[in-house]
Amino acid sequence: MTNISVTVDGVRYDDDVEPRTLLVQYLRERLGKVGTVVGCDTSNCGACTVLLDGRGVKSCSLLAAQSDGHVVTTVEGLVPTGEDGALHPVQRAFHEQHALQCGFCTPGMMMAACDLLADNPDPSDEEIREGLEGNLCRCTGYQNIVRAVSAAAAELRSARGAAPSTPEGVASA
Amino acid sequence: MSVVEEHRPEVGNARLRKEDAHLVTGQTNWTDNITPPGTLHIAILRSPMAHARITDIDLGPARDRPGVVAVFSGRDVADEQGTLPCAWPVTEDMVHPDHPALAVDEVRFAGEAVAVVVARDTASAVDALEAIEVDYDPLPVVLDMEAAVADGSPLVHADKGTNSSFTWVFDSAEAGTGGSVDEALGDAEVTVSRRFLQQRLIPSFMEPRSVVVDPTGGQFTMWSATQIPHILRLMLALTTNTPEHKLRVVAPDVGGGFGGKLQVTPEEVITLVAAKRLHKPVKYTETRSDSLLTAHHGRDQIQQLDLAARRDGTITGLKVRLLANMGAYLGLVTPGVPLLGAFMFNAIYKMPAYRFECTGVFTNTAWTDAYRGAGRPEATFAIERMMDELAAELGMDPMEVRRRNWIAHEEFPFTTVAGLTYDSGNYEAATDKAMELFGYDALRREQAERRERGDPVQLGLGISTYTEMCGLAPSRVLGSLSYGAGGWETASLHMLPSGKVEVVTGSSAHGQGHETAWSQIVADQLGVPFEDVEVLHGDTRVSAKGMDTYGSRSLTVGGTAVIAACGKVIDKARKVAAHMLECAEDDLEFADGSFRVKGSPGSEKSIQEIALATFAAHDLPDGVEASLDSDATFDPENFSFPHGTHLCATEVDTETGMVKIRSYVSVDDVGHVVNPLIVDGQVHGGLAQGIGQALFENAVYDSDGNLLTGTFVDYTVPSPADLPAFTTARTETPATTNPLGVKGVGEAGTIASTPAVVNAVVDALRPMGVNDVPMPCSPHRVWQAIQDANGGASS
Repeated sequence: MTNISVTVDGVRYDDDVEPRTLLVQYLRERLGKVGTVVGCDTSNCGACTVLLDGRGVKSCSLLAAQSDGHVVTTVEGLVPTGEDGALHPVQRAFHEQHALQCGFCTPGMMMAACDLLADNPDPSDEEIREGLEGNLCRCTGYQNIVRAVSAAAAELRSARGAAPSTPEGVASA
Repeated sequence: MSVVEEHRPEVGNARLRKEDAHLVTGQTNWTDNITPPGTLHIAILRSPMAHARITDIDLGPARDRPGVVAVFSGRDVADEQGTLPCAWPVTEDMVHPDHPALAVDEVRFAGEAVAVVVARDTASAVDALEAIEVDYDPLPVVLDMEAAVADGSPLVHADKGTNSSFTWVFDSAEAGTGGSVDEALGDAEVTVSRRFLQQRLIPSFMEPRSVVVDPTGGQFTMWSATQIPHILRLMLALTTNTPEHKLRVVAPDVGGGFGGKLQVTPEEVITLVAAKRLHKPVKYTETRSDSLLTAHHGRDQIQQLDLAARRDGTITGLKVRLLANMGAYLGLVTPGVPLLGAFMFNAIYKMPAYRFECTGVFTNTAWTDAYRGAGRPEATFAIERMMDELAAELGMDPMEVRRRNWIAHEEFPFTTVAGLTYDSGNYEAATDKAMELFGYDALRREQAERRERGDPVQLGLGISTYTEMCGLAPSRVLGSLSYGAGGWETASLHMLPSGKVEVVTGSSAHGQGHETAWSQIVADQLGVPFEDVEVLHGDTRVSAKGMDTYGSRSLTVGGTAVIAACGKVIDKARKVAAHMLECAEDDLEFADGSFRVKGSPGSEKSIQEIALATFAAHDLPDGVEASLDSDATFDPENFSFPHGTHLCATEVDTETGMVKIRSYVSVDDVGHVVNPLIVDGQVHGGLAQGIGQALFENAVYDSDGNLLTGTFVDYTVPSPADLPAFTTARTETPATTNPLGVKGVGEAGTIASTPAVVNAVVDALRPMGVNDVPMPCSPHRVWQAIQDANGGASS
């Protein structure tokens, strides 16, 4: 067993984990963060994407032990707890642009979008497609995902203009 | 008396989806999230060989591994597991081999389940698989369909004496719907013959399949990532000898299906059997590799077409011969899939003679079954490719050849040479709109310029003027095709005492947006707020009856059942309203959610008030029962026939073979639209899957029968960077076969897009002598087609 200390969605956890435990298994099975899902076992589909210290990582390709001392944000932490019904601009845009159907890829897709927008706050459609290349969706054909990310980018830019927020555009942990 | 506001129509609005709130916040209920206390976990040992006799299995060492609770093989559960069902025996003499969930004596494809470990956690179960020793005696493998039906082929099922499951024929001369196709071919001024390969695809729903069975208290509750909770419940009851009323099936949040979860799976049977044996909750969640290897595949046909025509482009006959790969076994509707295409090769075209002949073939591969479109994409691909080939043969514009043959809008309803009656359509309108949006003439000019100057990047224009039959299905037609069930759908409506509404639907959504669309329908029918409607589905305890979701049927069949259920509630409410308002029922009109006495303003009762009155039941008219509920079932009289025109422009690099879609226009006619947002989403996703077949996806086995495309590294589902932005638009020719005037939309994009893309690729290369490129049109295949046409040697 390995002892880890990790902050997930604003809460700090100290846990013993098996060395082979994947970060996604730790999140889902130990912490009950089942909003993050597993879609493949080869890091191709991106359904398990979370933010590690604000950067997108595929949590099926990281050991839980590697998250020791780091800050993890999942889809469940995009909006600080206690704000019932509040949505992050990316979540709101996915809803308003109909960027999801079955919704299975959605958490990973949104976290990857947050990572993309942290790097590039004003991406072209082409840059959005390239930036989300590591995330697969079988329902939407990506058209509305591109629109949603573009809309979220605009909202985040205007919010940033009005009041500076965290550079990743996500809730601080 | 209440003040009633005028109800704004909901149907036709781009309502944002009710489903989204929990999906975008991660408050989801996927099957793999469900783990009752004490749950045991399954790992499955799968055959590494495509065909072998199992001579010995030693389970002993695995039983001693830490955390292991039970280990069993097919021989241990041979009686309990029964045989997996095939509900569509297409001919009386169809060869229908037993289909065990766990192989008993022989494995017939690589990946077939051989043994099961049940342990306290998944890791222990997977670890223990290594300790199981299986002795296999290899048997000859047959993978190629033409080899499989040749004399002397190795047999997938030796006891059956053949690899041919069935041969099913439709002939217009025999059916009385047309003439003899052989005469047409004999008399033809022009004939075009082509052989097309429909490559094998893998549905690739994003949520891997998962199943949990809780046997607590002798009531078996199964959660499964399935499209078909109702059919699954019945089939499991029949095949595993579980009393149907003791089995509850729940499809919680389900992450896509596309036909791939229209199945009764070995894993569902195995998990149920394990839970029965161990009296504990048991769970199985597949890995993506397991999913690609063993969840049923789709397509996989060899198509031979012979088209007869006159020099002016008029089609005089079409002959279709298919070999359809069943794989090693028959799944739930495997043999019926090619039959869904049998009525569609003639498509939107008038032709006097047609013959379709299909042989289902066993091979040592994963079994095939429904995948988005199921039979209709294959048919549409073939006929739309043939129309382009006929045009090339005659030196005509491919759209002009289509115009000369299609059913004119004033000819509807039209009974086709395949015996279907298309209720409505307007191919001219959809085509005109698509041509305008696409800029067809300007692109043809650019194409000519590029050809003229020998541009290494050539431009190709591809057309697909498609229709399809969906909205499955009239029960009597399914009966005539020997399908084992009906095609009706059911809805129940409960007006709650507070005036809120629960709608129970028998169709089972997994991304389609039923909760939103059904709410819109109910809001309009009852005049209640959209927000006051709750749609319940996917749990056989809540929704006892239903035919589930596939074949673009939910709205045309299930939505119509919802309207019928609303009608029954209104009928009952009218009796109560007349009693309360002391008038005759005929004196009442119902609008905006209220009954009003005609000519007596102010005298009215809202449906919510009536719901409360029927709950209290203090003063109901004689013969009226308490509560305001209804049940309704709808069985369609005909299929639904969406249609449209898709146009694709590709830039093909003749030096590298790289294909780039420059623009894609889709004009679809799905009749009236309940929610344009949802319809557009269905079209986008359909296009992506059809383009996936055209350019990217291919399930490949090596010569020993090992799946080479067993991960998403090798089975290339398109990524965002692989696809273009689509231009979508609609024409609206209402269906005449349902009260909403709607047609199915779930499969149209997939059915239409594949030939549009491939026609565009071939069109770009035609001056170089290329008249076909096999799918998927990868850079290598495109480059190879150019080399072959040049007579050059391949590298």
